Amino acid sequence: MTISEELMLQMYRYMVLGRLFEQSAEQLTHKGLIPGAFHTGIGEEATHVGACLALTHKDYIIPTHRGHVADIIKGADPGRLMAEILGRATGYCGGRGGSVHIADAASNNLGVQAVLSAAYPVAVGAALTQKRANTGRIVLAMFGDGASLMGTFHEALNLSAIWHLPVVWVCVNNQYAMSTSFAEASAIANVADRACAYNMPGHVVDGNDVMAVYETVREARERALAGGGPTLIECKTYRQGGHSTFDTNPYRPQEELDAWSKRDPITQFEQRLRERGILDEKRITQIADGVRQQVDEAEEFALSSPEPPPEAGVEFVFRSSEVE
Amino acid sequence: MTTREITFRDALNEALQEEMGREEGVFIIGQDIYGGPGGYQGAFKVTKGLAKDFRDRLLDTPMIEQTIVGAAVGAAMTGSRPVAEIMFEDFITLAMDLLVNTAAKTHYMTAGQYCVPIVVRAACGAVGVGPQHSQTWTSWFMHIPGLYVVLPSTPYDAKGLLKTAIRDDNPVLFLEHKKLYNVKGRVPEEEYEIPFGEARVLCPGDDVTVVAIGYMAGLATQVAGTLRDQGLSVEVIDPRTLAPLDLETIFQSVRKTHKVVVVAEDCKTAGPTAEIAALVSEACFEYLDAPVGRVGARDAPIAHNVGMSEYILPDAADIHEAVQRVIAW
Repeated sequence: MTISEELMLQMYRYMVLGRLFEQSAEQLTHKGLIPGAFHTGIGEEATHVGACLALTHKDYIIPTHRGHVADIIKGADPGRLMAEILGRATGYCGGRGGSVHIADAASNNLGVQAVLSAAYPVAVGAALTQKRANTGRIVLAMFGDGASLMGTFHEALNLSAIWHLPVVWVCVNNQYAMSTSFAEASAIANVADRACAYNMPGHVVDGNDVMAVYETVREARERALAGGGPTLIECKTYRQGGHSTFDTNPYRPQEELDAWSKRDPITQFEQRLRERGILDEKRITQIADGVRQQVDEAEEFALSSPEPPPEAGVEFVFRSSEVE
Repeated sequence: MTTREITFRDALNEALQEEMGREEGVFIIGQDIYGGPGGYQGAFKVTKGLAKDFRDRLLDTPMIEQTIVGAAVGAAMTGSRPVAEIMFEDFITLAMDLLVNTAAKTHYMTAGQYCVPIVVRAACGAVGVGPQHSQTWTSWFMHIPGLYVVLPSTPYDAKGLLKTAIRDDNPVLFLEHKKLYNVKGRVPEEEYEIPFGEARVLCPGDDVTVVAIGYMAGLATQVAGTLRDQGLSVEVIDPRTLAPLDLETIFQSVRKTHKVVVVAEDCKTAGPTAEIAALVSEACFEYLDAPVGRVGARDAPIAHNVGMSEYILPDAADIHEAVQRVIAW
């Protein structure tokens, strides 16, 4: 499979956008403008970008609480996304959801499941609808290494396999669940090795290599659409920041941080595109400026958006008010 | 309206059959819903015979309550209208996260972008199968904003309410008492639905109101009959749905009788009777001539031993006694 130059540039641009967007939200949190905590996917951009670019608009996605660029690639507007993170009325959930509950039905984004174990069964159900109605769509379910050790992983992956559902399971293995390292928490080294227990293909991919992630997810998508059933893909990457904006992150060895920072997905890909003559200094600055402007606009839109009226906090509890 | 006598089980079965015929997106997911040739067809046979017309819509799963409910949610978010069967209400604890955090909150969290039209059917009530297969839990679920809670007490209500539940765009917990499955009652031949939030006055009366939930509604009606012979006029109200709750019918009755007893099979502490008693006290305090009476199970798991479980669970004698207590006040 060849990846066009245009797509490579798109990958690069989205990774930069993802990083700047989350850095911006992080700063807003530190300024006290965002209620609660914010979780970044800084360092994991290649996984989120590569996986999501392998989808079409009509495919469904369950993103994680990190890597907000996934929502943007799927079709969410960065301004409304930032507004939701800030809890404003113009946000996707009118301020009810926040960063860890963003959903955008218009782009077939089923939303983050913030009780992480719920993502698996919901993905199975969404894939079941696709299979029953033969819609030609797949469901991409993303989850972390921590969530891969939860019970529904087993229930749902087994069910997805026995029912040959069109779902692609993508583990963003960023090595840490809060301060618990995957190496300490898991009896086996690779999440993808569990695939054999469900009689489905399992792939370990360099999660900092955007093209490798893209190609692997793309193939799994095609396999699912051809009736081949689910695939488990583990993207090995690294959470460069703390668990959330509250986490000063003192528990990780400096050598480990340094080693992974040398493998930063954006720097690596930039280098690769320079070597291929696809990117040069001028182009890089152009892209950076464009992205900066987009993020600034998103931030501005969000900050100038109104707070929702407090009484709207009891709206949408039920679908229709007639029976309430 | 032409009616015929059928069991509570058959009434549920008819509702499922008719709704699957009406809407392609309706399917049933759970353990042993079909079970293959000679299979269970539902632990309580509620899905018996449905395979004849709808084999591909009876989805048998392994023992995965969390994923049964969660898959129903995901299917509902993408346009299906699933009915999930949880064999025993006790097992719903396994699916609690999906029911409470996902099903009931999705419409809210997404500001109405997604809705979750699922029905979770579960068998409640004690029939001698011990502490982990006998529970009736309702107040847990009344406590959850975004979830409807339905407990039919007659075949007529079972069919009409299940049809409404399947057509509703919100998640519904539908509790079926095991002792009711074989109970017969008159059910129309014609199509009908029963709106949520409309209580039924099972027998009218003037001296005391008895609000009785689920299986207790039938017992309360028996007690009302006995007391009528003794010259006491008891009004029995079955709320039918605990969320939404038809408070108006209850309040009107209390304003008329000035005395009320609330009855449920749940443990008494923090059970549905506590909530209804509080609501009545808040709204009708000046009308009450006696403290609100409450009847519920003793605060213990339901024992396997018959004598012990009878001691724990509320029965007609308990209702009788509670009514006489408020009358004598």
